[in-house]
Amino acid sequence: MKHEHYPDVHHDVYSRTVFGFWVYLMTDFMVFACLFATYKVLYYSTFGGPTSADLYDLPYSSIQTLFMLAAAFTSGLGGVAAHRMKKNATIILFSLTFLLGMIFLWLQFGEFFRFLSLGHSWKNSAFLSAYYTLLGTFAVHMVFALLWIPVLLIPVWGEGITFNSVKRLTCLRLFWQFLNVVWIFIYSFVYLMGVR
Amino acid sequence: MDFHLFIRLSDGGALMDMHHGWYISLKPLVVGLVASLILLAVSFVMVVAGDVEKGVLYPVIFGLAIIQGLVQLIFFMHLGIESKPRWNLVSFVFLILVMIIIVGGSIWIMNNLNYNMMYDMMPEMGH
Repeated sequence: MKHEHYPDVHHDVYSRTVFGFWVYLMTDFMVFACLFATYKVLYYSTFGGPTSADLYDLPYSSIQTLFMLAAAFTSGLGGVAAHRMKKNATIILFSLTFLLGMIFLWLQFGEFFRFLSLGHSWKNSAFLSAYYTLLGTFAVHMVFALLWIPVLLIPVWGEGITFNSVKRLTCLRLFWQFLNVVWIFIYSFVYLMGVR
Repeated sequence: MDFHLFIRLSDGGALMDMHHGWYISLKPLVVGLVASLILLAVSFVMVVAGDVEKGVLYPVIFGLAIIQGLVQLIFFMHLGIESKPRWNLVSFVFLILVMIIIVGGSIWIMNNLNYNMMYDMMPEMGH
């Protein structure tokens, strides 16, 4: 047995849960990769309607990007606070993540409604369908990421930080950071490349 | 009680995968944030400046996005900062492989299809 050379680091509850969540995140990356491929394939299929350069507002999306990055950063700080068993710091930092995420999502829905009020619905062209599918899937992920924060923070508020809450908050932190990585690719491929 | 001590006592010697210390350190987070902000600023300025041609601009933005994704995966999500066997890294590398096949393959096939189905190519094809 070469047990001491290759310890099985995933045989306790914490490591197994976090690794399982990591594998879920990898499959979720795959979902977004497929949606990116769809978007790229349908990018020029505007059916005489607006193109990406007509629609996108780069400064607006850049501000969204900063809020998303700030949310991922504060969730990382919250994860560190949870590991250090600092109850109040954990609650404050994840609440800050919630607030930044809410502003991000509000801006995202603002963009959807701006396009819809101009009559650019998902029914108008294949390009718009691909846009709404990609960004809509991201918005749905954001909604669940936001709902998850109070679900985890209320027990922390009541019982303090326990073994289980550190495990769950680590998964939550990973989810927010995963969303930020996906958003970097949306910002670069959809917005930065779309306005030029 | 210190959480990490608690874990070690509660489990038969399993250290979990936390002995690298990144879980309780602020430094990797700050490094990741600063690097992300710099990369974002560079790609934003390149697009807004408007004097870079597309043939150069797109590959550069693509490259900057990949670098920023990796920075965040490493400094925020601790990819590769684990002891052997590196299952997180292995599953990530497998993801990249599948992603290249599906995304690259889809775009390749659909571009070929568009090219072969173009309307103005029809006369040349003898119709």
